[in-house]
Amino acid sequence: MVEYTEIVLDHFKNPRNVGEIEDPDGIGHITSPVCGDIMDLYIRIKNNVIVEVKYKTYGCGAAIASGSMLTEMIKDKTIDEALRITNKRVADALGGLPPVKMHCSALAEDALKSAVDDYLKKTTGKGLEGWKPGGQAEEHEY
Amino acid sequence: MKKIYLDHAATTPTHPEVVEEMRPYFSEKFGNPSSIHFFGREAKTAIEKARERVAELISAKSEEIVFTSGGTESNNFTLHGIAYANEKKGNHIITTPIEHHALLEPCKFLESRGLKVTYLPVDKHGLVNPEDVRKAVTDKTILVSVMHANNEIGTIEPISEISRIVKEKEIYFHTDAVQTVGAIPVNIDELGVDLLSISSHKLYGPKGVGALYVRKGTRMIPFLRGGEQERNRRASTENVTGIIGFGKACELARIELQSRIEHLTPLRDKLINGIMDKIPDVVLNGHPTQRLPKNVDIAVKYVEGESMLLNLDMEGIACSTGSACSSGSLEPSHVLLAIGLSPELAHGSLRFTLGRLTIEKDIEYVLEILPRIVKKLRELSPLSKKEKQ
Repeated sequence: MVEYTEIVLDHFKNPRNVGEIEDPDGIGHITSPVCGDIMDLYIRIKNNVIVEVKYKTYGCGAAIASGSMLTEMIKDKTIDEALRITNKRVADALGGLPPVKMHCSALAEDALKSAVDDYLKKTTGKGLEGWKPGGQAEEHEY
Repeated sequence: MKKIYLDHAATTPTHPEVVEEMRPYFSEKFGNPSSIHFFGREAKTAIEKARERVAELISAKSEEIVFTSGGTESNNFTLHGIAYANEKKGNHIITTPIEHHALLEPCKFLESRGLKVTYLPVDKHGLVNPEDVRKAVTDKTILVSVMHANNEIGTIEPISEISRIVKEKEIYFHTDAVQTVGAIPVNIDELGVDLLSISSHKLYGPKGVGALYVRKGTRMIPFLRGGEQERNRRASTENVTGIIGFGKACELARIELQSRIEHLTPLRDKLINGIMDKIPDVVLNGHPTQRLPKNVDIAVKYVEGESMLLNLDMEGIACSTGSACSSGSLEPSHVLLAIGLSPELAHGSLRFTLGRLTIEKDIEYVLEILPRIVKKLRELSPLSKKEKQ
């Protein structure tokens, strides 16, 4: 088994913001092309700010911790601010992830983009610019 | 915190009597068995005694035992040794898709050099049908290799039945018995094999040593060259301390075999039945009865194996998983895929392998902790909800 940092283990043991939001403004759903892990992300938006966020994950310790950390990082941020949070920043906030587990942080980033894409489609009719459903793992920072 | 080791298919703690047996051979009786002086003769006598003990455990002759560095070398030695020594006879090998990587990888290498390898089908329990061996044999077949029992799912293969088919032709028959020697009865003649791989550290011996049983008259070339050790079959100064420990471990295994089986079987069944009773949506991997006494391998739906493993580890329980997330390659277990599990289900696999020091309380502890962990992870899993709708 890979070595995880104390922060990863903390978020793994006590994941933050687990669950679903009823009638959310945006839902993200991502299956990792790398390993098959799954993440669902629910967001509620008020005045362009993410006021509530919940997530669920089917995945390993790194996936669970990445989702948890991402929800903490995007809460109360504007959509633009949240979209600047890359997988690398999620991994850094966790004190780092083993190289073989970096794709788990990408899962979290993609789940957010997928949720924002859903929100924008519902509100403006156009999705998130440059976002392709399914995620683009090669565009992440490793 | 209480620590419970349930990963005996990975390795076992060296038996204290084995350690005692090895102790003098580090600094006092340190001779090289190839030396003709007193120190050398002393070491030589000791490794020959160890050879007899290994041979006795599998009802072989001691001169048919070649010491190696372990199961991986024994499997590599078999494939290279047989393939290159029998080139004129043929270039076809038959094996299964559920073998250990230590057998599959040398097979792939040989395939890249032009050999043909047939991978037999296995059923949902991982069993090979002996009739499929008959169908796969050609006049170019030089070797059939089927593992005695699978390291992940614990299924015990019908080696004797396969042997009867192989022996109708002049084909060598190898079995990887790394998981069975010391765990269930292994008798060379009853199995009808020509080559058999053994690993010391799977049977309470030290790591870094093992053996290949080679039936007298088997044509093969050495894997290591550069010395006359092991009757010219394996060069390199013998791992004397390791071999002596391995020999002692084999002697203990022979004496304790029945009691080990009687100890482990009810504990295994208690764990399997307890898991099935307490956790919904779990499947048992491998054969329900034709399985190793130590092996419990399950697939838990809607949750991923590494996250279960990590939670168990935090509670002091050590086990393993076939999940893609815990493998360096990010591929799920080839064994679980070969028996027809979906990648998702293979992703949620857990293996508990019991040992001679496992007690009933350990099993009860797992049965108390595991359902709680699965429940917690299922609450976190988006799959639980969707499947239940």
